[in-house]
Amino acid sequence: MEQVLINGVVLSANYALIALGITLIFGILGILNFAHGQMFMIGGFMVYYVYAVFGLPYLLALATAAVVVGLIGVGFEVLFFRRVLRIAKREENSMLLAVGTALLLENIALFAFGEKQRGVPPLVGGVFRIGDAFLPTGRLLVVVLAIVLIAALLLFVQYTKPGRAMRALAQDREATLLMGVNVDRISALGFGIGAMLAGLAGGLLITISAVNAGIGTVTSIKAFIMIMVGGAGVVAGAILGAIVLGFAEAIGYALIPGSMTYLLIFVGLILFLIIRPQGIMGKPWG
Amino acid sequence: MPPQRRPAATAELSTLSPLGLTPARAVWIALLVLVALVAIPIALRNQPYFLNVLTNACALAFISLGVWVTFSIGRINIAQGAFAMIGGYTTAILSTRYGLSFWLCLPLSALLAAGIGALIGWPILRLRGVYFAMITLSLTEAVRLAFLNGGEFTQGATGIVNIPRPAGIDDAVAFYLLAVVLLLLGLLAVWRLSTSRIGWVFRSLRLNEELASSIGIDIAKYRVIAFAFSCAVGGAGGAFFAAFLQNIYPASYSVVDSINFMLYCFLGGLEFVLGPVVGAFLLVIGFEVLQGLQEYQSLMYGILMIAVILWLPNGILSLKLRSREASAVDPDVEPVAAPSDTAAGRTGG
Repeated sequence: MEQVLINGVVLSANYALIALGITLIFGILGILNFAHGQMFMIGGFMVYYVYAVFGLPYLLALATAAVVVGLIGVGFEVLFFRRVLRIAKREENSMLLAVGTALLLENIALFAFGEKQRGVPPLVGGVFRIGDAFLPTGRLLVVVLAIVLIAALLLFVQYTKPGRAMRALAQDREATLLMGVNVDRISALGFGIGAMLAGLAGGLLITISAVNAGIGTVTSIKAFIMIMVGGAGVVAGAILGAIVLGFAEAIGYALIPGSMTYLLIFVGLILFLIIRPQGIMGKPWG
Repeated sequence: MPPQRRPAATAELSTLSPLGLTPARAVWIALLVLVALVAIPIALRNQPYFLNVLTNACALAFISLGVWVTFSIGRINIAQGAFAMIGGYTTAILSTRYGLSFWLCLPLSALLAAGIGALIGWPILRLRGVYFAMITLSLTEAVRLAFLNGGEFTQGATGIVNIPRPAGIDDAVAFYLLAVVLLLLGLLAVWRLSTSRIGWVFRSLRLNEELASSIGIDIAKYRVIAFAFSCAVGGAGGAFFAAFLQNIYPASYSVVDSINFMLYCFLGGLEFVLGPVVGAFLLVIGFEVLQGLQEYQSLMYGILMIAVILWLPNGILSLKLRSREASAVDPDVEPVAAPSDTAAGRTGG
């Protein structure tokens, strides 16, 4: 029982990073970052190469993952999304562009990294014992780091000038423009930070479980589930969604055989959306 | 911002209105149909490989027609792979386990897919935009998992093999003709749907659902009709592939396939009934021609998607039809202004 709870906490903390990233991008730009899972995967591979292959310190590897994936995010916004958002007549265009970027990243990653599953040696040794449950120190470290990063993000969004600009953009684009905010720069920053969060999540998760070039789609779907349940574009919703999914997964994997877990999660999701289509904390989708 | 003169509306009108069938166009269509049904089978009767490529293209175009119909009500449907899977498995189970003829399995698969589509669609079509896309993406995955975990009934990961060929369809030419006929029937149905009153209802749903509802259109019903039609087409296509490839696995249709169907529609042009056909043929045949690039196929699809959205957002067919009609009102630019303008004009302001 305690093991399930601990697993739930570990998963939730990591998933929260992913959910926050995608909800940030959605809130600021109105774009659903289909490539989010692929960015997560690239973050994991960056850590693999810097930490496991080159033997550099883990925090440096994590920082590399953050920077590389963040730059990819900024690049996408500046090169692709900015233009399409300006000239798009149908709202589908930006979403199809996002799907295209996901395909692009996934295939580039396949070519660059190959198809093999990669993992990294555990960060620290030792195991904690909490009641009946085991908590490897490595996992505890991941939870702590995740929580630190989430807190940093929340503080950034709440108290810094660019953070406030992002919140303003999410609330009302026109008013923000009228306030003289450089919307282009903030949009790029927002996309970059959102992508960076995905990359950081990947860099953290590779220390617990392996990463391969194909997990992008699955991770994107998990991100979608989280924001569908919690409500897209709302920070609290993202965290809530992450907690729900993390614990659902932990409980599911403990009680029922492998792939049934997600089947039940999907069925539950559809039923939930019938009752509350905008998610727990989402704004009604007009 | 300068007024945008996209002739999307008249392009729609010219391909979709009954007036669109000018004598010249009818001749072109008859010619194409003749080529497809007669000339190609005769020319390629000893090249089963190329016939199979064309068969593949026809069937994929057929399935993409369904996605096109959901685009026409303003929804992004990433679930077509799921319904192709449902149709495929229906045919597989009915024909291998109960010995039903393919000609019975095909409509049954379409009906079952449509039924499930209507059932699931009723609640989820309330969602729009990204939400609908997300839920349909999840649906594709969910259906795959469902078939993977189907135990004895669906044979899990090993899938169902040795699906019998349809009675009378033995070789590549026969399958090709079947695919062409299926595609032509599908095109006829979609074209008829678009030019009928229902088609205009769909268009009104895409442009402004609230407005459509306010003038008395039962938006829930018509949304489900469109989605059920799309799923029926997907199911029928899946049934065809099950008989064509003679096997089906949970891995047969994945998120990537659902996305590909979308890509075909998009490449050809979302405003045009022929869009998915053009897109599917271009990509399938194109990649056959560029044999050496086959391993880069997925990568090129991604690049193509991005390039098309950046530089050709209305699809390939929009290039051809842009030059002819240049002074149309583009309903996509000012969707609310147009209807209220005419209303104001009619009632004297």
